[in-house]
Amino acid sequence: MSSIFQAVGAATSLSSSASFDTKKFQFSSSRSLLGKRASCVVVRCSGAKMDGGLNQIGGRADHLVTNAVATKADTPAASTASKPGHELLLFEALREGLEEEMERDARVCVMGEDVGHYGGSYKVTKGLAPKYGDLRVLDTPIAENSFTGMGIGAAMMGLRPIIEGMNMGFLLLAFNQISNNCGMLHYTSGGQFKIPVVIRGPGGVGRQLGAEHSQRLESYFQSIPGIQMVACSTPYNAKGLMKAAIRSDNPVILFEHVLLYNLKERIPDEEYVLNLEEAEMVRPGEHVTILTYSRMRYHVMQAAKTLVNKGYDPEVIDIRSLKPFDLHTIGNSIKKTHRVLIVEECMRTGGIGASLTAAITENFHDYLDAPIICLSSQDVPTPYAGTLEEWTVVQPPQIVAAVEQLCR
Amino acid sequence: MALARRSSTLLKPLSAASSSSSFLHRRPFSTDDTTTITVETSVPFTGHNCEPPSRSIDTTPKELMSFFTDMALMRRMEIAADSLYKSKLIRGFCHLYDGQEAVCIGMEAAITKKDCIITAYRDHCIFLGRGGKLLESFAELMGRQGGCSRGKGGSMHFYKKEACFFGGHGIVGAQVPLGCGLAFAQKYRKEDHVTFAMYGDGAANQGQLFEALNMAALWDLPAILVCENNHYGMGTAEWRAAKSPAYYKRGDYVPGLKVDGMDAFAVKQACKFAKEHALKNGPIILEMDTYRYHGHSMSDPGSTYRTRDEISGVRQERDPIERLRKLILAHDLATEKELKDIEKLARKEVDEAISQAKESPMPDESELFTNVYRKGYGVESFGADRKELRATLP
Repeated sequence: MSSIFQAVGAATSLSSSASFDTKKFQFSSSRSLLGKRASCVVVRCSGAKMDGGLNQIGGRADHLVTNAVATKADTPAASTASKPGHELLLFEALREGLEEEMERDARVCVMGEDVGHYGGSYKVTKGLAPKYGDLRVLDTPIAENSFTGMGIGAAMMGLRPIIEGMNMGFLLLAFNQISNNCGMLHYTSGGQFKIPVVIRGPGGVGRQLGAEHSQRLESYFQSIPGIQMVACSTPYNAKGLMKAAIRSDNPVILFEHVLLYNLKERIPDEEYVLNLEEAEMVRPGEHVTILTYSRMRYHVMQAAKTLVNKGYDPEVIDIRSLKPFDLHTIGNSIKKTHRVLIVEECMRTGGIGASLTAAITENFHDYLDAPIICLSSQDVPTPYAGTLEEWTVVQPPQIVAAVEQLCR
Repeated sequence: MALARRSSTLLKPLSAASSSSSFLHRRPFSTDDTTTITVETSVPFTGHNCEPPSRSIDTTPKELMSFFTDMALMRRMEIAADSLYKSKLIRGFCHLYDGQEAVCIGMEAAITKKDCIITAYRDHCIFLGRGGKLLESFAELMGRQGGCSRGKGGSMHFYKKEACFFGGHGIVGAQVPLGCGLAFAQKYRKEDHVTFAMYGDGAANQGQLFEALNMAALWDLPAILVCENNHYGMGTAEWRAAKSPAYYKRGDYVPGLKVDGMDAFAVKQACKFAKEHALKNGPIILEMDTYRYHGHSMSDPGSTYRTRDEISGVRQERDPIERLRKLILAHDLATEKELKDIEKLARKEVDEAISQAKESPMPDESELFTNVYRKGYGVESFGADRKELRATLP
């Protein structure tokens, strides 16, 4: 392993493919982690077509098997030693986390559109209203601004509401409440009030949902002082982050993704809570640090397969915590690999990647061997046409190309 | 106790010469809780979808005197804030409440400290009414550590959690959904308390108000929406901003009551009525017809959109403190001089509080970063080196 690393580090130009071809087989055989793929949990997105094929941007592949959790055993907060667990889909994992917290603390309540009788537009709150009653799982009218405000007011009184936006984009209507009241009340009251709300909902580019329903709000909320933001990407971290967010005394915005709700994974039976500020090491590596979150994690892992075949060893980190960034995990990775690629679904301008680039440059500039490359969505409203929509988000071939450019 | 007393032959004044420094111990009937005085409101209530309460209100000498004392203190505080602002000790926005004192005094008299109040940025007097101290108020206005929000909130962010005073909000109308949230929590916990969500005639045109009202009515939340109609939304008169300035009728299916907001007893009666109603039937709107003598804030002279005659006219005819003074003198509860002494004492208290507040230090530099987050349950904030983030200013 170290010999390969030295070769990579010593050679100033890695474009010479000859040296890599010889190492290619060495690579794949010594890659013990690749071997782990078979025995580890497989995340299958049933029905959801993740992205285009490896060689074509416009094509659609069927039923991809991604091994996003191939390195489960390395995740610090994981307890996957318990092989028996139960399999469920991501939205069920969210529901499980939610239900456990509601069971545990009577102050936890849910409010949002269609969360009660309808069961939630993405079934995250299915079955909760009959169990906990209409007041605890509250069907609100379509009035995001005021029901978000209502949730915040209830939190000031000591309840712990979870406010669901049917689509993250609708929460733009509640921006004033989230920014001024949610984020700042703890500060402007001199610490008298705490606002332990969780604001959650699906966002991101879906399947031709149109411009207004494909928004990524991470970039809009990120400068609000006083809030925390997390993005879940697997059933395991979805449940853990949901529970952590509910237990946190700070307002937390939990970003889910429309296309990830049907991911299936085996999660432990025993109770677990994840750390809100921690990033997840998806795949340790040596050559380049790829930072990503939410759905782009799967694009990155797809690209990682290609990269591994080409002889690269990317380290993939799912940053999970969008505010604050887990600069500890990220920093350690950068100190090891010296190259950073950020892959995100946010817009290029003022997105999470932009902030992360700034944070990394400020803190770890001396460790970088190459400028940070940030792959983000195009600065356009998401078009309806399928091909155009694919081109707005980052696709695996672009990730592969970027890594090759970085490691040159 | 049920008899109305108009003559006060039994309430002869004792020698006023013996005066102690505390208000309550000066005259025996300042603390008289048993004598009932019946007052009539200046104008009858107007109801919308509800039976308005009676115009006659029972009160006691103690309550009368305390109303006067408290209002004098509030008036004094606001005038003092005016001069502090002009001498640049208070900066930013300063919205003064003088003229509207009757609303918060009457409201406090009708409710307990467990009932919640939330209001907008004209919050100094309401903070005082909820039990806030003059020192906390002035220190906060001047941005000192001793302030109720540790100097980090300012004029528009007074809060007092123990007294269920939820502030103090700068964005017009945003406090009304919060108020419905407070009421929601009260209903969730099956408490026997209500929430008074106050807003102005300018905020009455905000959409989130109607959204919140719809939800409150839908779920029978114990929310009372109080519109402090001082007839001007900053510089815009109400008839120029609202097609229907009858704010108490705007609830449509929600009952409403129009109240003379310059009459503390009318306010008290209305709030009592509203509390009973809200606990049984859900939300109700109260429109307080009131007036502010100052402009919208200290940066507004207040005379460009209304005439000085109008202001002085209201001051002469409807001033809440004058009204009380007349009542007290009519019932012979105190002499002119005694009332003047009360006002002098208020002035003295305010001056003392100001000088104390001036001595309060500015917040420490480290306070810049405190209270941004709260330590979570099992979750801790880390910086780049996994230790708690500490920032040092250059």
